[in-house]
Amino acid sequence: MKLDAKIPPGPLAEKWDNHLNSIKLVSPANKRKYRIIIVGSGLGGASAAASLAELGYDIDCFCYQDSPRRAHSIAAQGGINATKNYPNDNDSIWRLFYDTIKGGDYRAREANVYRLAQVSSNIIDQCVAQGVPFAREYGGQLANRSFGGAQVSRTFYARGQTGQQLLLGAYQALQRMIAAGKVTMHTRTEMLDLVLVDGRARGIVTRDMVTGDIQSYAADAVVLATGGYGNVFFLSTNAKGCNTTAIWRAHKRGAAFANPCFTQIHPTCIPVSNEYQSKLTLMSESLRNDGRIWVSKKPGDKRPPNDIPEDERDYYLERRYPAFGNLVPRDVASRNAKMVCDEGRGVGATGLGVYLDFRDAINRLGKKVIEERYGNLFEMYERITGENPYEVPMRIYPASHYTMGGLWVDYNLMSNIPGLYVIGEANFSDHGANRLGASALMQGLADGYFVLPNTIGDFLAEHRPDGLTADGNEFRTVENDVADNVKKLLSINGSRSVDSFHKELGKIVWDYCGMSRNKEGLQKALTLIPALREEFWNDVKVPGDNEEINQSLEKAGRVAEFMELAEIMCLDALGREESCGAHYREEYQTPEGEALRNDEEFSYVSVWEYSGEFSKPIFHKEHLQFEFVTPTQRSYK
Amino acid sequence: MNVTLKVWRQKGPNQSGGFAEYKAEGIIEDMSFLEMLDTVNESLIAKGETPIAFDNDCREGICGMCGLVINGIPHGPSKGTTTCELYMRHFKDGDTIVIEPWRSVAFPVMKDLIVDRSAFDRIIQAGGYISCKTGSAIDANTIPVPKPIADRSMDAATCIGCGACVAACPNGSAMLFTSAKIGHLNLLPQGKPERFNRAVHMIEAMEAEGFGGCTNHGECEAACPKSVSIDFIALVNREYMGAFCAADFE
Ligand SMILES: Cc1cc2nc3c(=O)[nH]c(=O)nc-3n(C[C@H](O)[C@H](O)[C@H](O)COP(=O)(O)OP(=O)(O)OC[C@H]3O[C@@H](n4cnc5c(N)ncnc54)[C@H](O)[C@@H]3O)c2cc1C
Ligand code: SF4
Ligand code: FES
Repeated sequence: MKLDAKIPPGPLAEKWDNHLNSIKLVSPANKRKYRIIIVGSGLGGASAAASLAELGYDIDCFCYQDSPRRAHSIAAQGGINATKNYPNDNDSIWRLFYDTIKGGDYRAREANVYRLAQVSSNIIDQCVAQGVPFAREYGGQLANRSFGGAQVSRTFYARGQTGQQLLLGAYQALQRMIAAGKVTMHTRTEMLDLVLVDGRARGIVTRDMVTGDIQSYAADAVVLATGGYGNVFFLSTNAKGCNTTAIWRAHKRGAAFANPCFTQIHPTCIPVSNEYQSKLTLMSESLRNDGRIWVSKKPGDKRPPNDIPEDERDYYLERRYPAFGNLVPRDVASRNAKMVCDEGRGVGATGLGVYLDFRDAINRLGKKVIEERYGNLFEMYERITGENPYEVPMRIYPASHYTMGGLWVDYNLMSNIPGLYVIGEANFSDHGANRLGASALMQGLADGYFVLPNTIGDFLAEHRPDGLTADGNEFRTVENDVADNVKKLLSINGSRSVDSFHKELGKIVWDYCGMSRNKEGLQKALTLIPALREEFWNDVKVPGDNEEINQSLEKAGRVAEFMELAEIMCLDALGREESCGAHYREEYQTPEGEALRNDEEFSYVSVWEYSGEFSKPIFHKEHLQFEFVTPTQRSYK
Repeated sequence: MNVTLKVWRQKGPNQSGGFAEYKAEGIIEDMSFLEMLDTVNESLIAKGETPIAFDNDCREGICGMCGLVINGIPHGPSKGTTTCELYMRHFKDGDTIVIEPWRSVAFPVMKDLIVDRSAFDRIIQAGGYISCKTGSAIDANTIPVPKPIADRSMDAATCIGCGACVAACPNGSAMLFTSAKIGHLNLLPQGKPERFNRAVHMIEAMEAEGFGGCTNHGECEAACPKSVSIDFIALVNREYMGAFCAADFE
């Protein structure tokens, strides 16, 4: 497998401009002769579909929900970063770049991250012009806040609903292009496979989730914008339907998978309360700006929180990280929560929780200010837990939230399969081993509005439309594979429900490939997962037929892919014998228990090539070169 | 706790449906309403029966995918709450709970509790956007937006497109949804150039989809999980009337 990241030469700050000036263009009159498939209508997919359609391309866009507006991007709460430097607090492109590279624990490409910082400011302009009602100051200017431990205020937000507002902006632009006849939207349609013709991505096979029809679509290029695979853990902050099917199928058709073990566990989620729980709810990270995290100094302390005197509380983040305190990056905050719970100091009925306390903030600022800042989050917390966080400290615990890993892409966002592009959370590109808060929205929109619309032209200019339709042999073969798979799932008629398998899989991955990992555990997971996979294919029970709305069948297909993905996650985690960012191998820690990176040996992107159902995937490395920053030990002390 | 469910079951779009009764046993207070349905479905699957189909995705009140009429009330008894955010602690042991899909001509039932809400997307296509091509924007701070205007616009923009307003309205009107989008965009300076066309075309699209007219019942606001105010309907009525004497209306 040839992996060429295609990083343009030259000084960091000039790479993107030089690249734009040197790549090929498709003439305005010719653009309408091309058809592009975009799978996904989240921030990545919707922004790309709208922008490419505005340029003149014909687009087919797909999503599994009943409307593109419901893509999971809608759930993002906290905000989006950009280097506007409106607050005059000395922010710059360099600083956002540096924070992101460092936050990712030096496991991302310098050139990609720098470009992300460069275009971030255009995103805010675009969104405001579309009518995104960002928070404003009294003078009518845009408001900013500091987020996720950044030392400048560069985060733009719309109450606690930033993702919703950004997605509605992109969705509306998309609807405009649907009305203009440039985009054909396929809702309730799930991509189940990728079609290659002569080694090039030329189409997809889908299942209509209403009628069960298996159908093919052909195009000049295929873009996957299908989001992350955090639901491999079963319990996560992702929407129930988030899946890995599209990227996993593409992987099985030859697309390389990068850094699958880099999964982010978010520190501030509402803890699991019972075994029936179906999802976990994020409490925005912005809460850490004012809330203080603590547990009792004594293990097994069952007193109600307000009865625990001040000197018996351990504000462990403030104690261990005096410089950043409660605002340490997500991986550090999550790991520390796990540590205090492992010591028996966790709170709540399950002992898997820590307090996030607003008492001092309310005393300092008054209840009204806190209500203004976090009112909707407090309400949400109370709705779910039945407890009032103005009076009793919130309980929080880490949960699966975001996946930094994904399909490998080059600087143009093209995978190793010619004509297959991957954008948004589905690719691996910008966040290294740990993503900083408010930067996924930025990346999704950067990819869709400003990067892909330029880079895809370079490929299309070289690959003229050839009138390919979806009825060639290549399409038939893949359609048959998809239909066979559906038939097989429906015919097993075993004794266990899909959800029961998904829960069991999630628990294995959480226990052995979650917040902290070790060799023994990963090896164990690598025997448990294949066994579970076999049981799944022998004993799953999927009621109903194909030719109808069949939610069990939809879930079964997704869980089948998660089973395979889980294995490669564990393999990846096992092979990376260092700790970096969210990947914490217990064997590799500093004397203070912090992640111990090993740049000598592991300064690379791990890239996996599929080699067949029962054979071990082939491992490749993309070495990371740091020309402009010097990797250092991250320190938040 | 144990509760009895009366659930609308309907095999497909053109088939007749009816209520079926199920026992939901061993339900705990901390379960969400949808988790309660999950457990019922698990037991149906174990018995070899077809599970109840219902739409949902984010399960945190923001995607707008879920929506059930619970005991006659869209999204159930808690105010300002989506179905997925409703918890079983609001019910008592021994309760009978009636569960139906949204009822409206413009939202045909597809299966069990799932309806087709694609009409909402078509209303947006009629003008629920600001025409601004990618790349053509000016610096975001060039046009200040007074904070009260930005806040009001956001109050409207918070609509999740769930359709509860339609389900609650005796006329099956989509006026709250439509007004929320028109209000969101027309209040902002960026939305002004297209304000009149937007208002008229979106309302025409709404009517063409078979939604009823608004006669100010106010049921929509009461059912809306995001508490979108009917004041936006008044605002949009003014925009609509204003259009016909405006120079920039086509
Ligand atoms: C609760 C929560 C809060 C967050 N808050 C923030 C925040 O404050 N700031 C921030 O920067 N980031 C945040 N994130 C992360 C961020 O929201 C996501 O990473 C980002 O929105 C992903 O966008 P996307 O376009 O890549 O994918 P998504 O928005 O997940 O969209 C995926 C799309 O693909 C479609 N799809 C998926 N699979 C298929 C298939 N097989 N066939 C057809 N269609 C398919 C779906 O229908 C959907 O349209 C948050 C994430 C969560 C879960
Ligand atoms: S106005 Fe309220 S009830 Fe109507 S679609 Fe929007 S959020 Fe739902
Ligand atoms: S499932 Fe998303 S709003 Fe209820």
